[in-house]
Amino acid sequence: MCFKAKRLFGLALGPVLMLLSAVALAAGGEVSQVNMTPGVTEVGKEIYNLHMLILWICVVIGVGVFGVMFYSIYAHRKSKGHEPATFHESTKVEIAWTVIPFFILIGMAFPATSTLLKIYDNDDAEMDVLVTGYQWKWKYEYLNEQGENVSFFSNLRTSQSEIYNVEDKGEHYLLEVDEPLVLPADTKVRFLVTANDVIHSWWVPELAVKKDAVPGFINEAWTRTAQEGVFRGQCAELCGKDHGFMPIVVNVVSEDEYAQWLDTKQAEAAQIKELMAQTFSMDELMERGKAVYERNCLACHGGGGEGGVGTAIAGSAIATGALPGHLEIGVNGVPGTAMQAFGGQLNDVDMAAVITYQRNAFGNNMGDMVQPIDVFNFKKG
Amino acid sequence: MGDHHHGPAKGITRWLFTTNHKDIGTMYLWFSFAMFILGGAFAMIIRAELFQPGMQLVEPAFFNQMTTLHGLVMVFGAIMPSFVGLANWMIPLMIGAPDMALPRMNNWSFWILPPTFLMLASTLFMEGGAPAFGWTFYAPLSTTYAPPSVTLFIFSVHVLGLSSIMGSINIIATVMNMRAPGMTYMKMPLFVWTWLITAFLLVAVMPVLAGAVTMMLMDIHFGTSFFSAAGGGDPVLFQHIFWFFGHPEVYIIILPAFGVVSQIIPAFSRKPLFGYDSMVYATAAIAFLSFIVWAHHMYTVGMPVAGELFFMYATMLIAVPTGVKVFNWISTMWRGSLTFETPMLFSIGFLILFTIGGFTGLMLSIAPADFQYHDSYFVVAHFHYVMVAGAVFSMTAAIYYWLPKWCGRMYNEAMGKTHFWISFVGFNLAFFPQHFVGLAGMPRRIPDYALQFADFNMMSSIGAFIYGASQILFLYNVIATIVSGKPTSDEKVWDGAEGLEWTVATPAPYHTFETPPRIDPAHAHS
Ligand code: HEC
Ligand code: HEM
Ligand SMILES: [Cu+2]
Ligand SMILES: [Cu+2]
Repeated sequence: MCFKAKRLFGLALGPVLMLLSAVALAAGGEVSQVNMTPGVTEVGKEIYNLHMLILWICVVIGVGVFGVMFYSIYAHRKSKGHEPATFHESTKVEIAWTVIPFFILIGMAFPATSTLLKIYDNDDAEMDVLVTGYQWKWKYEYLNEQGENVSFFSNLRTSQSEIYNVEDKGEHYLLEVDEPLVLPADTKVRFLVTANDVIHSWWVPELAVKKDAVPGFINEAWTRTAQEGVFRGQCAELCGKDHGFMPIVVNVVSEDEYAQWLDTKQAEAAQIKELMAQTFSMDELMERGKAVYERNCLACHGGGGEGGVGTAIAGSAIATGALPGHLEIGVNGVPGTAMQAFGGQLNDVDMAAVITYQRNAFGNNMGDMVQPIDVFNFKKG
Repeated sequence: MGDHHHGPAKGITRWLFTTNHKDIGTMYLWFSFAMFILGGAFAMIIRAELFQPGMQLVEPAFFNQMTTLHGLVMVFGAIMPSFVGLANWMIPLMIGAPDMALPRMNNWSFWILPPTFLMLASTLFMEGGAPAFGWTFYAPLSTTYAPPSVTLFIFSVHVLGLSSIMGSINIIATVMNMRAPGMTYMKMPLFVWTWLITAFLLVAVMPVLAGAVTMMLMDIHFGTSFFSAAGGGDPVLFQHIFWFFGHPEVYIIILPAFGVVSQIIPAFSRKPLFGYDSMVYATAAIAFLSFIVWAHHMYTVGMPVAGELFFMYATMLIAVPTGVKVFNWISTMWRGSLTFETPMLFSIGFLILFTIGGFTGLMLSIAPADFQYHDSYFVVAHFHYVMVAGAVFSMTAAIYYWLPKWCGRMYNEAMGKTHFWISFVGFNLAFFPQHFVGLAGMPRRIPDYALQFADFNMMSSIGAFIYGASQILFLYNVIATIVSGKPTSDEKVWDGAEGLEWTVATPAPYHTFETPPRIDPAHAHS
């Protein structure tokens, strides 16, 4: 082979070698996933089959098209003494390669349409979960016809020291939350998806659900899975600084287990109500406040209260100023900034604790305390 | 101008006040290359942070500024101006015109660009940082929740739009009025055709973009609520307006690239372009369809199912004219007499990789499947195959192809080929694995990722560094050619090249076609 031919051979070989090295590299550790998951739902499997169908059609067409091209590159070279032909059109061929692809597309459109209609079939849901995107966490609320709604926030559980490479990263690095969404198996669950601030998108590949969470609007999506298990996903729409740090974990359990879990959650809610009436000691408030702070405020105000997206809490005029001013910001936020109204997100016990914590941690040492009843009264006005 | 045969003015005023299409084309090309390097530097920061899981180099907020500026600078600073530069240089030469129709406006549309990008880049040093809401700047992240720099961003977009519209009007006026006698529309080189259609797209959609950012400005500073549900507006409205601009925009980027390879492939196949007429019709069809497919970027936003179906069918249809083009290029090579100089290598690279990007585009058009693909790295892979291996490869091919005509010196072929092979391998190593991580569930625009995505991300970063480094070789080769390349005075630098630009002297004199050339009526298009 002459030098040029070898080069050309390399042209074909390049992608192949790359694919091989990709596979080799992947095989070195665990084999990484290279394809879409079929997931655990019927719709997910249909989407997967559709994806594979279109992929194979593309591969077949690609092999044909690139085959012809590489043959031409091989056979019709000047260096081999090939004389150029002079043809430059052919109505028949041109009509053929306009019409045939058109029919292939029609063939694809049928299964695509039927799968899409299934995705949109939101009727006959057995239960509803309201999913609300916040910067940067998810809130789940079980809309309950009998009894009270159960609702909670689901925050990233991975620690800052794992993220900043101080500690080793755990198995579910960035895909773990403090409280997963719990769903019963074999039940058609409808998600009502919305957002509190900017647009987010709720995506769990194995449930084949991705739906944008748009503030002020409610989108619908649904799933039904026969398989129990833990399924992980992430926010898919850029929503600001910590967009990469608001995972989704869905825990699908048997219907019995789900009923039990729901009972516990309802009991917990009742307990919080009781706590609201109590008075706490400084130590109790500080301990609880630290936990609440780390879960809800640290991302913007920093581990040492030094600030970041948010202003510094250490030495802040508000945190070391009059109590009502501090409560005002905690409960109602600062409109038009990233400081949201936490009044609807934290219960009064947690709010009292975190305000107390901010006033006494980071060297603020104000020495005063906020009790749940103070928060309650403040909210009442 | 009194004396028609004067050369360029001396010193800096030559460039500041020039109305010469070649000078302006040169400035556009150098400027876009500088932006390519700047946008590339942002990309290197992104890929360095993504080299390994965990946060190493930058903070998440800065990471978002990098992805945003990378996208904006590459689309509006590198790709678009580079093709405008090429249009300036080549359209008058290809249609036998002495200059562009509106030479003073031409000067203006270039010179408003550099200060604009300077302003945009300077937002990095502002309090609150540069824009961090992605190049698609969805509201309300880009309005209520945006840093103060958003106002400068809006101003930049206005000026860029102004520049593009002026450039387009100029191209339309030139092509419509200044063709040499005998050059009918169906005899124009395809590069001229694709640019003419692109210019109409630009004039149609740039005002829409300007409208979108103006509404943002009103929401931010004047109390309106176009995009805020709290005030009765709708954040999704923003996306409809943006993509009504945005989808035609991607064709604004790729159509001139189609034109370039339609010039180069016949030249190195020594055979006329196959299916010239159908190329023109396919380009027009793509341009038309590009106006009615915008919501394929919004399948998950919560549209009614009838809307989804309409946009899915319309998007799938684009595959037909796109396929026609690919088949035509391959038929042009078929039974030609092929050689593989650097411009041809980059054109073949374009052909292979753009086709792959077209395939993934077809996959993305399937709405139910897009529920899994959308906003994942699969989309990132798709658009880098069409924009980098499509638009940038074709632009690179164009530089190698016409550089000898521009400066009368030959570039170093071995170095050019090396540049191609390093780019080709680096590009694929960078972007092919992104299909895998995307399908496996990695969202785009995240500064850190779960462990199962680690190996492909590392590969991708290595590929990106290789591709980035190969551009240094390119820059060196171009400068070396201009300074000390082997002189050539052949009018026709490439034996298979056709077209009026190859009838003028090499290097192309400062003024060309002061008297229009005669087009042989029997001669087919070039
Ligand atoms: C999404 C980011 C974010 C989170 C999370 C956040 N804050 Fe803030 N916070 C801000 C911003 C931004 C400001 C500054 C607002 C302004 O411009 O006045 C702020 C200001 C404050 C201030 C006033 C400080 C000063 O001196 O200006 C207090 C008090 C405060 N936040 C309390 C909290 C508490 C309590 C939490 C957790 C329950 C919390 N914040 C969580 C972003 C945040
Ligand atoms: C066969 C032709 C093509 C089809 C059918 C197609 C289809 C699509 C679809 C459906 C999406 C949305 C994916 C998603 O976000 O879920 C998309 C994204 C994109 N495409 Fe294409 N595409 C084609 C060609 C091109 C070309 C030629 C370009 C540019 C040169 C391009 C640039 C882009 C870009 C930039 C995005 C992502 C925009 C963003 O969200 O940032 N595409 N394409
Ligand atoms: Cu997000
Ligand atoms: Cu599009």
